[in-house]
Amino acid sequence: MTTRTLHFKIYRYDPDQDRKPYLQDISVEVDSNDRKLLDALVKLKAKDDSIAFRRSCREGVCGSDAMNINGKNGLACLTDLASFPEGKPIVLRPLPGLPVIRDLIVDMTQFFKQYHSIKPYLINDDPPPERERLQSPEEREELNGLYECILCACCSTSCPSFWWNPDKFVGPAGLLAAYRFIADTRDQATNERLDNLEDPYRLFRCHTIMNCVDVCPKGLNPTKAIGKIKAMMVQRAI
Amino acid sequence: MKPKVTVRKFDAVIVGAGGAGLRAAIQLSESGFKTAVLTKVFPTRSHTVAAQGGVAASLGNSEEDHWHWHMYDTVKGSDWLGDQDAIEFMCRKANEVVIELEHYGMPFDRLDNGRIYQRPFGGHMSNFGEKPVRRSCAAADRTGHAMLHAMYQRNVKANTQFFVEWMALDLIRDQEGEVLGVTALEMETGELYAFHAKATIFATGGAGRIFHSSTNAFINTGDGLGMAARAGIPLEDMEFWQFHPTGVAGAGVLITEGVRGEGGILRNSQGERFMERYAPNAKDLASRDVVSRAMVTEINEGRGCGPNKDYVLLDITHLEPDVIMKRLPGIREIAIQFAGVDPIKAPIPVVPTCHYQMGGIPTNYHGQVVVPGKRTQNEIVPGFYAAGECACASVHGANRLGTNSLLDLLVFGKSAGETAVEELKKSPKAHKDLPADAFDRTLERLNRLNTQKDGANVHETRLAMQRTMQKHAGVFRFAHLLKEGVEKILEVQKAVNQTEIKDKSMVFNTARIEALELDNMIEAAVATMVSAEARKESRGAHVRDDCPDTPEHPNGRDDDNWLKHTLWFKEGNRLEYKSVNLRPLTVDTIPLKKRAY
Repeated sequence: MTTRTLHFKIYRYDPDQDRKPYLQDISVEVDSNDRKLLDALVKLKAKDDSIAFRRSCREGVCGSDAMNINGKNGLACLTDLASFPEGKPIVLRPLPGLPVIRDLIVDMTQFFKQYHSIKPYLINDDPPPERERLQSPEEREELNGLYECILCACCSTSCPSFWWNPDKFVGPAGLLAAYRFIADTRDQATNERLDNLEDPYRLFRCHTIMNCVDVCPKGLNPTKAIGKIKAMMVQRAI
Repeated sequence: MKPKVTVRKFDAVIVGAGGAGLRAAIQLSESGFKTAVLTKVFPTRSHTVAAQGGVAASLGNSEEDHWHWHMYDTVKGSDWLGDQDAIEFMCRKANEVVIELEHYGMPFDRLDNGRIYQRPFGGHMSNFGEKPVRRSCAAADRTGHAMLHAMYQRNVKANTQFFVEWMALDLIRDQEGEVLGVTALEMETGELYAFHAKATIFATGGAGRIFHSSTNAFINTGDGLGMAARAGIPLEDMEFWQFHPTGVAGAGVLITEGVRGEGGILRNSQGERFMERYAPNAKDLASRDVVSRAMVTEINEGRGCGPNKDYVLLDITHLEPDVIMKRLPGIREIAIQFAGVDPIKAPIPVVPTCHYQMGGIPTNYHGQVVVPGKRTQNEIVPGFYAAGECACASVHGANRLGTNSLLDLLVFGKSAGETAVEELKKSPKAHKDLPADAFDRTLERLNRLNTQKDGANVHETRLAMQRTMQKHAGVFRFAHLLKEGVEKILEVQKAVNQTEIKDKSMVFNTARIEALELDNMIEAAVATMVSAEARKESRGAHVRDDCPDTPEHPNGRDDDNWLKHTLWFKEGNRLEYKSVNLRPLTVDTIPLKKRAY
């Protein structure tokens, strides 16, 4: 079996031991069974058990292992080892803009606070019918590209507007979720949802920089969803 | 000095925030009881998120269907080891819980008439086993993701109190055997807590990571099983593990059976659709144990594909690209990412991969944990409930049908929640006092781990366990390998009792968490190996070389001696057995019969 050595520079910080963060140089042997960055990280952890990162499904659907990989946010389990150029160290840092708990693990409180602020649940006050609420295939199709979000935070933590105003700007993930409910024919709270976003910061801090689209590991387009909400705001005003 | 344990009081504590835990939480939160949900990961990262193909319910949206047919299929799928009262309960409740989920906002795919889209799935037939029926309610091939998010969202609405990234460590039981909560570790700070509760609901998922090749997430370490076993609760039917036919060769990542539901075909190196020989009626949609064994037989007989002839091919190249893009978009992503093939153009290399634990903590269909007692074989453990993959109701028996796991967690998550609510309404106001030794087991474990010198490496010990399970308790089982496997896994257990971690930090110490998880995994592994070695018959997913298909024992099944549930007890590493409930709630027993598809 062919093996090769990968060199890493990993952001390390354990508030229990370290006075300040540093970049650790560490390398690991990988073989042809190791296809993804997460495979290499698991091997690294076997070597040095103190390296802390989140991971779970290892197939890009749980959203745990988001990190900043050579300067760009992504999921370790979906990043091909073959995509890294030979001879250059792979630089891993925690997602930018959120407080670091330890090593590659960030405190996501603010991110989820914004997600929760858009009331991420179906609102329909009619008494529930005996059977399913009907929805045509075309109406259901409106939810495609919205409901697949895995809340990994790659998008929001790559967004300069979110870095500057994480407490005031909902951010791309939260706004994508807001539009997911606005677009759902079963939801009755469209006006209330638009009111909730009518504010100089919550929605309108999006300056269509489109980093969110660039990094989304699920290929979703929050900027497009934000554009649709903005258009609905305008339409409602006239 | 003993570490401090802070006690917090709740009416109910739920451990785990996957499908079963979230469904139980909805019940409790909406009833107004003070409920804590502890979870190792943020709720939407739980492994329910990875379920793909759908949830079973006889809605009959595309063709005639009936819960009784679904019940028949489930009993047959279980190879008659499932309890028929629990199976009737689940199949009758299916429509109700799926419709509720739709009302919560679940984005099911739709038919032209606006109703929920349903697709065929393995082992689900109409009219008592006649021909495949469309029973699986699906959201593309992301049903688990859509379901988990919809239930998390409903809990946000209900203001459920989550303790995210908290790991439960041990069950607290008093002298009378009553369960009074759990001890837990706050991962971020390393601090210890006790959750003192009148109802404790385990929804901790399976232990699929005890095998080397698994579709399961890293977090599926059987924590509930370990906690229960250490507290004297037996584990039921742990010899029955489902090997899913279609894991991506090498990577282990799941490819849904829904692919075959949409028309996908398994082929060997000669391009032959070999399932026609093994299951002439259901073909590629036979039950999972049947398909997995057929695949391994093909590979063992030299008809595997690839340079090492060690996988078969899942072919959907004959499907319209539109159908693939619409119904199986996630599968296409997975195939490109993990197999390096675009399934529109080329077939996907697949192998049977450990997927689901049929056994678990014994419960009745109300979600109450039951153990053998003085009066009956199913006495209720007061204050203790379990639901989902960690529990054994038992609806899956010796083999689970696809789409019945998502149904299981909805039905039994809800019923555990409902039962807990009823019991809480009846119970007195005050909490029962915690026993003096409530935290001892946890403190001993942590102290041992923190002070261990010259111990075993966690990563290597876990790998030794996984390789042992894979070799000695795989798709086909061999008497001599099982016997050897018991000795080997007990050796591994000795190493687990002496694991050592280098990292001693209090802050988000994932090395410590992995060591504590391994404590839980090894209980599931020992239970599996010991139970499997002892069961001298072939049934469902448990097939032994020394129990072959004979006229007296079709498929190697021996109902005279082995139509019974295994109970494994940690103390003394011993086994007991209890009878299978063949009596449904309202309909006639589905009589024993040879299983063929």
